[in-house]
Amino acid sequence: MSYEEKGTWLFLWTTIAGYAAYIVRVVGRADGVALEKVDYERTLLWSIGFVIAANIVGRIALAIFGEVAVQVRSARTGVEQPSDDHNMDVRDKEINRFGEYVGGIVLGTAMIVPFGLALGEVEHFWIANAMYMAFVLSGLVSASIKLVAYRRGF
Amino acid sequence: MGKTTKVTNSIRALRFANAEMTQADLAGRIGVTRQTVIAIEQGRYSPSLEIAFQIARAFGVPLDDVFHYPDAH
Repeated sequence: MSYEEKGTWLFLWTTIAGYAAYIVRVVGRADGVALEKVDYERTLLWSIGFVIAANIVGRIALAIFGEVAVQVRSARTGVEQPSDDHNMDVRDKEINRFGEYVGGIVLGTAMIVPFGLALGEVEHFWIANAMYMAFVLSGLVSASIKLVAYRRGF
Repeated sequence: MGKTTKVTNSIRALRFANAEMTQADLAGRIGVTRQTVIAIEQGRYSPSLEIAFQIARAFGVPLDDVFHYPDAH
């Protein structure tokens, strides 16, 4: 598995974890109160911050542990194993472009919902959450498309 | 998606004919990752014309000896 593919898996799981944690926290806080009355702003920003930070730290960890794993394999087999290349090559770039293109279409389409909610002058809670969900959905679709391309061909 | 190209190649055979060149060696020569060489070898990725020429050059053979495309009939 290439470094970029590992990074895509990392993005997928951290996005799912960050969003799931956010939903559990906000819904848990409601406790009989209407959802739009719940204090959600700080949790939402923390959730987004977590995903960004986890991806930065995770990519560094992937590079370090990847190299350690190569050294261990080399020592165990007695044959020098090739290191992971941490630069995007032409295939990584093409797959990334394709995934981001599809993700962009999903984001553009999903953004119709918060746009409609804003026009309808509903509570900020629903607009912010519809936007967050659109970003998460776009990220998940984009990452999934990339992973299918890596696994099954492009 | 599955196999997305009709283009086949002889990279594996050429590697073995060239002093058992490893996928990592070939990747290093043409400036891509080892996983990309694997994907090209297995027909899961059609390389650009430029990469195709670089692969042929790495083996010192014409492009036709590396990549093959089936006749229309």
